[in-house]
Amino acid sequence: MSVAAAARTESTAAVGSLSWIVQKVQRFALHIAVILLTLVWVIPTLGLAVSSFRPAFLISTTAWWTALSPPFQFTLQNYTDVLAQSNLGQAIFNSFMISIPSTVIPVTIAAFAAYAFAWMKFPGRNWIFLAFVGLLAVPLQLTFVPVLTFFVAHGIVPENLQSLGLPPWVGLWLAHAGYGLPFSTYLLANFFRQLPSDLFESAEIDGAGTLTVFFRIVLPLSVPALASLVIFQFLWVWNDLLVALIYVGGTPDVGPLTVNLANLTNSLGQNYQLLTAAAFFSMIVPLVVFLSLQRYFVRGILAGSVKG
Amino acid sequence: MRSKWLRRSLVLSMAAVFTTVACGTGSSQNAGTVHFLGVWSGQELTNWLAVLKPFEDQTGIKVSYEASRDQDAILTSRVAAGNPPDVAGAPSPSLLTSFAKQGKVVPLNDAVDMNALQGDTAQSWIKLGEPLNDGKLYEIFAWADVKGLIWYDPKNFQAKGYNVPKSWDDLMALQSQIKNDGTKPWCITVESGSATGWPASDWLKEIVLSQSGPSVYDQWVAGTIKWSSDPIKQAFQTFGTILGPNDSNVYGGSQQIIATNFGDVGTPMLKSPPKCYMLNQASFITTFFTSAVPGVTPGTDFNYFPLPDINSQYAGAHVVAGDTFSMFKDTPQARKLIQYLTTADAQAVWVKAGGKIAVNKNVPISDYPDPLAKEEAQIIANTQIAKYDATDQMPADMKAAAWADLVKFIQNQGQLNSLLAHLDSVQATAYKS
Amino acid sequence: MDFSVLIGDIPTLVSVIVGVPLVLVAYIVGAEFLVRRLPDKLRPQVRPWIWVGPAIAMVAAFLFLPAVATFIQSFQDNHGNFIGLQNYATQLAGFPTGGAWIAVRNSIIVWLVLYMIFVLIFGLMMAVLFDRVQYETIVKSLIFMPMAISSVASSVIWKFMYQYQPPGETQTGTLNALVTFFHHDPVAWLQDQWPNGIGILNNLALITVATWGLTGFSMVILSAALKGIPADLLEAARVDGAGELTIFRRVIFPLMMPTIVVVATTLVIFAIKVFDVPYVMTNGNFNTDVLALRMYNLMYLSHNYAAASAVAIVLLVAVVPVLVFNLRQFRAVEARR
Repeated sequence: MSVAAAARTESTAAVGSLSWIVQKVQRFALHIAVILLTLVWVIPTLGLAVSSFRPAFLISTTAWWTALSPPFQFTLQNYTDVLAQSNLGQAIFNSFMISIPSTVIPVTIAAFAAYAFAWMKFPGRNWIFLAFVGLLAVPLQLTFVPVLTFFVAHGIVPENLQSLGLPPWVGLWLAHAGYGLPFSTYLLANFFRQLPSDLFESAEIDGAGTLTVFFRIVLPLSVPALASLVIFQFLWVWNDLLVALIYVGGTPDVGPLTVNLANLTNSLGQNYQLLTAAAFFSMIVPLVVFLSLQRYFVRGILAGSVKG
Repeated sequence: MRSKWLRRSLVLSMAAVFTTVACGTGSSQNAGTVHFLGVWSGQELTNWLAVLKPFEDQTGIKVSYEASRDQDAILTSRVAAGNPPDVAGAPSPSLLTSFAKQGKVVPLNDAVDMNALQGDTAQSWIKLGEPLNDGKLYEIFAWADVKGLIWYDPKNFQAKGYNVPKSWDDLMALQSQIKNDGTKPWCITVESGSATGWPASDWLKEIVLSQSGPSVYDQWVAGTIKWSSDPIKQAFQTFGTILGPNDSNVYGGSQQIIATNFGDVGTPMLKSPPKCYMLNQASFITTFFTSAVPGVTPGTDFNYFPLPDINSQYAGAHVVAGDTFSMFKDTPQARKLIQYLTTADAQAVWVKAGGKIAVNKNVPISDYPDPLAKEEAQIIANTQIAKYDATDQMPADMKAAAWADLVKFIQNQGQLNSLLAHLDSVQATAYKS
Repeated sequence: MDFSVLIGDIPTLVSVIVGVPLVLVAYIVGAEFLVRRLPDKLRPQVRPWIWVGPAIAMVAAFLFLPAVATFIQSFQDNHGNFIGLQNYATQLAGFPTGGAWIAVRNSIIVWLVLYMIFVLIFGLMMAVLFDRVQYETIVKSLIFMPMAISSVASSVIWKFMYQYQPPGETQTGTLNALVTFFHHDPVAWLQDQWPNGIGILNNLALITVATWGLTGFSMVILSAALKGIPADLLEAARVDGAGELTIFRRVIFPLMMPTIVVVATTLVIFAIKVFDVPYVMTNGNFNTDVLALRMYNLMYLSHNYAAASAVAIVLLVAVVPVLVFNLRQFRAVEARR
C-alpha cells in the first residue's frame, strides 16, 4: 500500500465525536490549502491562455480578465498563425530527433555511473562525485567556444555529418548529454544509495551478477527517480534554444521547434501575441511526457522489500 | 521497460503524422549554398525571403538562412570556434566592426562592383563600411531607417490649434503651451528587454548632432571627447528640458517611461482624449501604431515633422541607421550574394513591401508604398548632414553603458555628473582592443 | 511537399530511437563480459571504472576541461598574457556597488537564500499535501505546467502580470489591478528599487517568476521520494496515535532528508547560476544584475573574455561551501552503513 493510500484511510473515529470533527476539519483545510495554492499558481498560466485567444491590439491595451466579460472578442488568429508556419512539421521532427537521444544518452550513462558511485568502492570515489556536483554550477556559455572548436576541428558539424550519411545532430546529442550528466548522476546516485543494503547482500547470496542486480533490482526499484529524470532532461532539451543554435544552427532543415517559435516575433519584438499561442503549442509534448510517466509516481516501490 | 515502449510508440505515431505534414527541404541546388546568419524573423523574414528569391532563381544558389536575436552570442562563439557563417547581416555595424578589427571579416573590394557602388550610394555609407580606415570595404549597407522624426496626431493638433514647430524655440514654446493646456506634451518609452534605454539614446544623439555639429558627433563616436565634456553634457541637459523637471513633461512620469515597451509609445497619443501630443521615434514605429490601434491611417491619424534644428549652423542634420552585411568566408556564392544586396533591384523588393528605405539612390521614389515613406526616402537622399547612429558605432559595452545610464538619468536627472563620470570610465576601457 | 525526403525521415527516427539505447546497453553488457574474463581479484578494481568511465569522459570533455580553461584564462588578459589577479581586482573593485558586487550580492544573497527557500518549501509543501488528495495528478500537472513553458514565453506571461500604467489609468497588469483595488498606487514591479534603491522589490519580482517556473521541479522529485516511504511505517505511527504534523516531523521529513539535501543543493547551485529570468526581463538593469548575466555581457557584449572568466570563477567558488556540506553528508551516510 503506498503512502497515498495510507493517507486516505477513512477516519477511525466515531462519527460525531470530537476527533471525528477534528479530522473532518483537517480534511477540509487540506482541500482548501491545495486548491488555493494551485489557483494562485495557475493565474499567470490562465492569463496566458486567455490572451492567446485575443487579438493583438486588445492584448496590449486591456487587461486579460476583461476578455472574460462581454463583448467577447476571442479569435483563433494567433493559433492559426502559429500553425501556418511552412516548416512546422520539419521543426517538430527535428525537435524529437534532438530531444530523444539527448534524454536517453545521459539518463543511461548516469544510471551506470550512479550505480558505481552508490555501491562500488574505488579510489577517489567521493572526490570525483563531488566534482560532478560542483560541475553542475558551470555556466554553459563558458563551454561553447572550447567544445565547438573541438567539434569543428573533428568535423562534428551538420554539413560534414550529413555528407557522411549520419544525422546532423550528433554533436548536439553529445553536448546535451554532457551538460545533463551532473544532475542526472547526482539524483540517481542519491536514490540508488537509499536502497537497503540487505537487497544487495541477498542478491549476492543468490549468486546474481552485477548486471542482473542492476537491471533486475536497482532499476525497477528506482523507477520514480528515473521517471523524474526523463521528464526533466527531455523538458530541458525540448525547450532549449541557445545550445541548439550554437551546435547545429537554426536553419530549417536541422533547427528545432524553439527556433521557429522564437522567430514568430520580428527582431523588434513585434507580434508577441503569437508567443502566447506558441507557448501552449510547444507545451503539449512535454505535458504528454509528464502525464504518461505519472503512473510511476504512484506505486509503493519499497513496500514489502524492507522488512526482512 | 514499458515506459520506453510507450514513449517510442507515441513518438512513432506522432512522427508519422508530422512527417506527412512536413515539407521537404527542397530540391538540391547544384550552384552551391550561402550560409547566412541574420536577425530577421516574423514579418521581416517574409520580406527578406522575397528579397532573396530573385537571387536564388537567377543564380541557382541556395541561401541557407538562420536568425537569432542572440546574434552576438552565436556569431561570437562560431567565429571563435572557426565555424562562422558565410555572410552575416546585423541591424547595426558595431558587432561586425569588432570582428573586422579582429581580422575575421573578408574585405569586399573584390566582391563588390566598387565603381557602381560609388555611383549608387552616398559617400557616407561607403565610408561607414570602411571602419578600419585602411581603404578596404568590410561592410555594405542595404536599407536605412531615419531617426529624429517627431510623430503627432494632426487631428489633435488641429483641434487645439497647435502648429508644427519650425525651430527649436518653437518646439519649446509648443511644449509649454501643451503643458499649460493641461496635458503632457511628450510620450517617451524606453523599455526593450536587454536593450532598454535605446530610444533615449536616440534623443541624445539627435540633440548632439543638431546642437554641436558633425565634427563633435564624430569625436564622440570615436571616443576622443569625453562624455563629461561641455557639448555632450549640454546635450543631456537639453534632453532634460524635454523631459521636464522630474520628467513632468512626459506622460506617466519616469515610472511609465522605464516600464513601458518602446513599441507601445504611440498608444496614449492615439487615444481620445490623447494623453500626450508628440513622440520621437524612427520610421519603423508606424507598424506599431497600426497594430496597437487598428484603423489608424498614415497622414490622417499620424504624421511626422523632423526634429527641429537646435543650431541653425547644422540645419538639416539627421541621424540614420541601417542594415549591415559582412562576409566571413570568401566563397564565390557569398560574393555574389553581397554584390546582389548592393543593387537597386534587390533593395527595391523590401522597399515595396514597406518599412525600409533603400540606400541605393537608384531605387525610384515611386516604389515607396505610401506618402510618408516617400518623404522619408527624400530625407535620406537630400539630407545635408546625415550621420549614422552614434551608439551603434560605439563599442558594444559603451553602448550598453550609455543605455543603462540614460535610464538612470530619466529616473533622477540630478545624478547627471556622476553618470557622466561613470560613462567616462567606461569609455576609457571600451575603446581599447 | 517532397515525399522522398519524408520516406527517408521515418527510418532515421526509428534507427535513432532504437539504436542509441542499444549501443549503450551493448557497451555495458560487453564490458561486463570482458570484466568477467579477468581474475577474481582484479574484477572489483576494474569494474567501477567501466561503469563510471563514459560519464567521467563526457563530463570531463564538456564541463571540466572548459572550466579549467576558464580558470587559466581568468589569470590572463584578452591576448593571452599572464596578468595575475588583475581581472579579479577589476571585477571586485568598488565595494559595495562597483564592479561585480551588485551581481555578487544578488546571486549569493538574494537569489541563493530566497529562491532556494521558496522553491524548496513550496515543493515540499505541495508534494506532501497533494499526496493526500485524490485529484493529485491534476493539481500536480497544473503546478508542473510552468516548467514546460520556455523562458521567453514565461516573460510574456509575467509581462502581463507586472504591467504598469500610470496612477489613475486602468491597470492592465494583474498585480497592479490587485494593488489599485486596495487603493494603493500602481507599482513598477521590475523597475522599482524599493527600499531606498537597494532593489529588494524588483529582485523579488524576478525571483517570483523563477520560483513559479521551477517549483514543479522540486515538487516532482520530492514527491518521488515521498512515494518511496513504506506505507507500513506511517500506518504504524498512526496506530500509535501520532497526529499528522508529528508524523511529518518524525517520520516523513527525516526519511526524505537525503533527497531534500539533493534538491536543496541543486537549487542553491541553480540560484547562483541563474541567467534566463534576469536576462529576459530586465537584463540586469535596476540593480538586478546576477553573476551569470554579468559574465554573459562581459563575454558577448564587451568581448572581454578574461574578465568574464574571472566572474565565472567567482561563481564557481561560491558553490564550494555547498560541496563541503555535501561531502559531510556522504561521510555521514557511509559511516552509518
